Amino acid sequence: MSLLDLSISELGRRLRAREFSSVELAEEALGRVEALDGKLGAFLRTTPELALEQARAADRRLADEADPPALCGIPIGHKDVLCTRGVETTAGSRILEGFRPPYDATVVARLARDGAVVVGKMNCDEFAMGSSNENSAFQPTVNPWDAERVPGGSSGGSAAAVAARLSVATLGTDTGGSVRLPASFCGVVGVKPSYGRVSRYGVIAFASSLDQVGPLAKTVEDAQLVLSSIAGPDRRDSTTSPAPVGDLAGALQEGVRGLRLGIPREYLAAGLEDGVKAVFDSACRWLEAEGAELVEVSLPSTEYALAAYYVIAPAEVSSNLARMDGIRFGPGEPQAPSLLEAYELARNRGFGPEVRRRVALGTFVLSSGYYDAYYLRAQKVRTLVARDFSRVFDGVDALISPTAPTPAFRLGERTHDPLAMYATDALTLPANLAGISGLSVPAGFASGLPVGVQVLGPYLGEAMCLRVGAAVERSADVWRRVPAGFDG
Amino acid sequence: MAELEAVIGLEVHAQLLTRSKMFCGCRAEYLGLPPNSNTCPTCLGLPGALPVINGRAVEMTIQTALALGCRIPEFSKFDRKNYFYPDLPKGYQISQYDLPLSLGGHLEFEVDGERRSCGITRVHLEEDAGTLHHAGEIHTAKFSLVDLNRAGVPLMEIVGEPDLRSPKEAPQYLRALRQLLLHLGVNDGNMEQGSLRCDANISLRPRGQREFGVKVEVKNMNSFRSLEAALEFEVRRQSAVIESGGTVRQETRGWSEAEQATVSQRSKEEAQDYRYFPEPDLPPLQVSRELVERLRAGLPEPPLRLRDRLRDQHQLAEEQAALITERPQDAAYFEAMVAAGAPPRSAANWQLGPLQALCKDAKLDIERSPVPAVELAGLVRMVEAGEVSGTTGREVLVEAFATSRSPVDLIRERGLIQVSDAAQMEAWVGEAIRQLPKAASDFQSGNDRALGPLVGAVRKASGGVANPDLASRLLRERLGRGGG
Ligand SMILES: [Zn+2]
Repeated sequence: MSLLDLSISELGRRLRAREFSSVELAEEALGRVEALDGKLGAFLRTTPELALEQARAADRRLADEADPPALCGIPIGHKDVLCTRGVETTAGSRILEGFRPPYDATVVARLARDGAVVVGKMNCDEFAMGSSNENSAFQPTVNPWDAERVPGGSSGGSAAAVAARLSVATLGTDTGGSVRLPASFCGVVGVKPSYGRVSRYGVIAFASSLDQVGPLAKTVEDAQLVLSSIAGPDRRDSTTSPAPVGDLAGALQEGVRGLRLGIPREYLAAGLEDGVKAVFDSACRWLEAEGAELVEVSLPSTEYALAAYYVIAPAEVSSNLARMDGIRFGPGEPQAPSLLEAYELARNRGFGPEVRRRVALGTFVLSSGYYDAYYLRAQKVRTLVARDFSRVFDGVDALISPTAPTPAFRLGERTHDPLAMYATDALTLPANLAGISGLSVPAGFASGLPVGVQVLGPYLGEAMCLRVGAAVERSADVWRRVPAGFDG
Repeated sequence: MAELEAVIGLEVHAQLLTRSKMFCGCRAEYLGLPPNSNTCPTCLGLPGALPVINGRAVEMTIQTALALGCRIPEFSKFDRKNYFYPDLPKGYQISQYDLPLSLGGHLEFEVDGERRSCGITRVHLEEDAGTLHHAGEIHTAKFSLVDLNRAGVPLMEIVGEPDLRSPKEAPQYLRALRQLLLHLGVNDGNMEQGSLRCDANISLRPRGQREFGVKVEVKNMNSFRSLEAALEFEVRRQSAVIESGGTVRQETRGWSEAEQATVSQRSKEEAQDYRYFPEPDLPPLQVSRELVERLRAGLPEPPLRLRDRLRDQHQLAEEQAALITERPQDAAYFEAMVAAGAPPRSAANWQLGPLQALCKDAKLDIERSPVPAVELAGLVRMVEAGEVSGTTGREVLVEAFATSRSPVDLIRERGLIQVSDAAQMEAWVGEAIRQLPKAASDFQSGNDRALGPLVGAVRKASGGVANPDLASRLLRERLGRGGG
């Protein structure tokens, strides 16, 4: 039993009762990383000095303040695409090695404001491009439930660290499923907030119109506490919604009685593994038993979503990554005979193959003569996908589906087949195209591997997702299970 | 072969006089600061940083567009223009592509006293790039230094229709546009420092033909003179190509001041594909009708109309009216002088003559003149009333300018009010003749140039207060040349 097995509210109670200090909690987290991350690879770096400094400050607040924030003294980790002032931030890429941002991302600043203690930066696919974490330029992260399997991506380090109890909660980013997929593969909760619910300021961009920061945590309540801290308007990000976040905590206890939940027919199509189907079916039975009405719905544009996503996201990538030109970031190529060759050399050496593939793809679809056929068309599909969702949300409160068609796959299984890898996100990426809210919650196991259920809510419907997710979590009752080798 | 006609259109970039940059809080004024000191994560293009639209820049652009008679659509957006260059920290420029802030206007200007009109395609908003300092010549330099102080400064682009028909129209169009921007207070009009920049598109076609010829883009003209010279060069160059049976190559050429010639920079085949797409970091701009009407209501009087009004109202010469309305602060100063009772033509002469010279020497804008309009008006009134001579007036103005004192006070303090009393004057004239007998006899024998020193001696004897006109009349009479 480790302190990191506890939920945030349990930790908070005991911190306030002085059963242990925030410094002790941080030291335990750092100690576990030291002892156990060698076989996991979830952390790109730990930040012990920062953690202990923040923990000491948290201990003072816990002693002085009548009502310190829920996250005060809680160890967390940041996906390495989040800028942390003075702490190296690489986005999992060689080209950003040594980059120490002079500023904090808004989400980083907000968690610091609420007293959270940063223990380190989490491994991820390079610039968050990937579904398995195998695209990290530095190291693969493995699945804590089976070291021969992937943790999912791109927030694989963030998910694996929570599952292995190396951090109480972490932040990830979800562009096409990058929080929900690893959450499902690692057996933790992962929330993808609606586009604009959480500030992207200081988030190293993958695809600006799709990226959202979301929490990964052991429980729906833990995820809600982190989400409540980071969500809300930010004047530094013009794409944030001005709508107030409201009370998300209240949703957890409301239950699902009287809710109409839609099951998208297209999400249960061929390719769904039996074990996943079994877990999903039992989740459906629990929700019905709790008083929800389940109805089949149709999202007919689903089959085009993947293709549209792999046009729009790379288009934005090709532009977002242009600043990584080897002059300002990366080692530079002073011997290159010309400016153009300096760019080419630096980017060929600095970027991994998947990033180069997407930059090439994105450059192509935006090129004159191809723009209308690809980018413009993909935007039209995007509109159709969004319309599908708004139409079904007229009739149902939320949608439920498996998060992924399969549990975690084996390392190397899909690395040579980009299309198979891209299909991993088929059930998650439509929500990003539509900008709606979603989460993945652990619902059971298939052959010893965790299986998550995805809950999708309308735009700014985070409370609804948490409400349904909490009901699944109560019935599944699996969150206290710890992967072998990380228990104790 | 039919006579060839030039078809010219100008693209003007004007830095906006906002307090902060286009998408961040850094100062828009960047000159003279240590390199890269006027920067933040956003204008450095650091990973993760995001832009936030400067509302004042949007307002200035709309105001300029309204002054040019453009239409302001309710919906506009920003786009990314993608290209690699070391002065462009993000690898793209945030600009506007297919939905600019404004469309379709026109600009009136004058050529040889004749009024013309040129269509305006659009006025849109974008951000400036940084600056590069090459260690030597660009192609041989061992290294180049990047300074991002200018990166992100709001840049308004005014795209003109190809309505100009000769090189000499171009600088006139640009002068009128510059004057408009100055009157709107949105740009400082400094072409040398690059806060106002101009590119030109020029093609030739046989007179009478409707279709355009092959277009050449010319860059790097940083004065009215070089703009005209570059276009004249292009007319000669393209004419020679066409007349020798060749075809003009579509390309971008740069004006070389040293060679007084345009030099090829980039051919059509090498032209960049900017891969424009909507800027996902910024929501589309909704321009409310209320904002447009508020900005329209705040527009100043158009410069040409102001000039006509001042000319007619105060019987100014055409040239005077043009000079006095060149910049809004000049017109304001002039109108303030007139309001304070100075006769308009003299007011204009004093402002454009001695005052402007003093301002220029002191590198001071007329707005900051140590002698305000009311004070100069007082001085002009005294000169016009014959209370002080023009010479004394100019001397006093120099002193007042240097000491920030009131010229009227200086005149009164020093007793410089001109003396015209006959007996007193006679005495000073006698004194002058006694001091300069040679000059007196020279003048007597017909040498007119000898009068000057004698008048000077009268004024010296009087301590500067003798009325010089009266002095010369008395000298003429005394030396027997009255009525001559
Ligand atoms: Zn800045």
